[in-house]
Amino acid sequence: MTRDRWRRALSHLIVVLCGVSVILALIPLALVLFYVLAQGITSLNLAFFTEMPRPVGETGGGMANSIAGSVLVICLGAIFAIPVGIMSGIYAAEYAGTRLAGAVRFAADTLNGVPSIVIGVFVYTIAVLPFRRFSALAGGLALGVMMIPLIMRTTEELLKLVPSTLHEGALALGATRARAVFTVVVPAALPGIVTGILLALARIAGETAPLLFTALNNQFWTTDVLQPISTLTVQVFVYASSPYADWHRQAWAGALVLVSLVLLCSLLARVATARMEKLHRG
Amino acid sequence: MLSRSPARTDEVIFRIGTGAFAVLLIAIVVGIAFALIKESWLSIVHFGWSFWQTDVWDPVAGEFGARPFIWGTLYSSLVAMLISTPIALGIAIFISELAPSSMQRPLVFLTELLAAIPSIVYGLWGIFVLVPAVRQLQVMTPEWLKAVPLFSGPPLGIGMLSAALILAIMVIPFSSAVAREVLKAVPQSQREGAYALGATRWEAIRMALFYARTGIIGAIMLGFGRALGETMAVTMVIGNSPQIALSLYAPQYTMAAVLANEFAEATSDLYVHALVEIGLVLFVVTLIINGLSRMLIWSMGRQRRPQNVAPVPARARSAA
Repeated sequence: MTRDRWRRALSHLIVVLCGVSVILALIPLALVLFYVLAQGITSLNLAFFTEMPRPVGETGGGMANSIAGSVLVICLGAIFAIPVGIMSGIYAAEYAGTRLAGAVRFAADTLNGVPSIVIGVFVYTIAVLPFRRFSALAGGLALGVMMIPLIMRTTEELLKLVPSTLHEGALALGATRARAVFTVVVPAALPGIVTGILLALARIAGETAPLLFTALNNQFWTTDVLQPISTLTVQVFVYASSPYADWHRQAWAGALVLVSLVLLCSLLARVATARMEKLHRG
Repeated sequence: MLSRSPARTDEVIFRIGTGAFAVLLIAIVVGIAFALIKESWLSIVHFGWSFWQTDVWDPVAGEFGARPFIWGTLYSSLVAMLISTPIALGIAIFISELAPSSMQRPLVFLTELLAAIPSIVYGLWGIFVLVPAVRQLQVMTPEWLKAVPLFSGPPLGIGMLSAALILAIMVIPFSSAVAREVLKAVPQSQREGAYALGATRWEAIRMALFYARTGIIGAIMLGFGRALGETMAVTMVIGNSPQIALSLYAPQYTMAAVLANEFAEATSDLYVHALVEIGLVLFVVTLIINGLSRMLIWSMGRQRRPQNVAPVPARARSAA
């Protein structure tokens, strides 16, 4: 009888502990979001988006150049990653049983686990060292390398979800394989692939480590892809590590913009997924 | 024959065209290994094993010993795992076994949110919120506890404890997401069997955990791999001091953090090569950890397949 009671008490205790662990994880989430919002919103103003950084001592100014730089570098990354990710995803889905498909899947999973700072070092050795110059292009390349495995995997998964009857129907009508894939299968999976790209963008939009020694930083406005460029994340890092209160303010504002950007991407992806699910069910 | 040949060339072009991108992806991974070895060669030849056995990191004097970074990386990640593993498992169990289905989706969303917040934002929050809080905690350390090497030293706030805490927060969503998936893969019959034998809730959960043990270990290792390579947040709160200390209060340094701080400013070739060698080892270690954890999670997925009564075609299965 007592043993029974003990077993039941233990069971209750564990259930409670599991609930507590959920709360323990949600506390930091709430705290981070609260501070970013509270500190960010008081520091965020129009000048943040339109003005250049001011020198130390002068208050005010903004991060216009860093925001533009982030957008540029992220776009460059997407330009590198989307073709490679989608095409290799198509290969892995179409020739699923081949040795190359297995190898590319393995490579993508491996690449996905490589720490972002190591990708930064790698891109430094291939895109900075040979040209003796930090550049926005190198930064974009680093972000692109991080995006490729994400896009490849979602593309593959989603192409496999497209009913094989569509694929076979196109072939039966005399379409070549390329035509069947590009005009029938890929369009059917397109909303999902776009979602995958959005999620990949959300993942890399907040990346700092791979940009530290590829895109480096720049005090000035530039859109030259061959020059070092300032990005929002690196600038937040610089400001946060500085001893100046006004720069800290700017860092919080930057963090708020970053978090909003990342959440916006995830939210868009979520909406797209929901729509996809509805389509599939309907 | 003739009429078929255009279609066949089309097929060949398609296969080579898409295959070329697949080869490119593989080339990137191989290229990372190759480039890291090539650009660290000077250091590998110059220092050999002593690179990893030397405690002094003094770039100005040309002395490069990487042991403090290995120590800092392993120590911070292990402490982070000690903190995060029970919490991550608790979350996974709560979501997959205990929570009513209406709560599951919001909870999954919230834990995903934890993973979506950029590292740099965690770092910023760490500097201005977590570190002062940890410092307060350290100031309140009772005297008798200070005698323990683990808690000795001045209350700086910045240091190993802050780094491990922030790592733990960042790793939780990864471990718990995989553990949740693994638990979901445990057949319902396992739990029903346990309940039928009079098991309490916890005993049934323990059965499920035991059934899923390989996958659970994989999930924890995946989190460990993440912790090893995490850069920005750790760099901002660990204190960046290359020393080997047991104290959780002491500022230390990690492999990823030294790369983040010193790479762009490395002046001599040997300095750059020494840093790249640190990157190379980080690459190899995370490769091994991730490979092992994927293998464990994958074997978990295979294990249950024979129990399906009829083999389900791949397409139908993934659509379900």
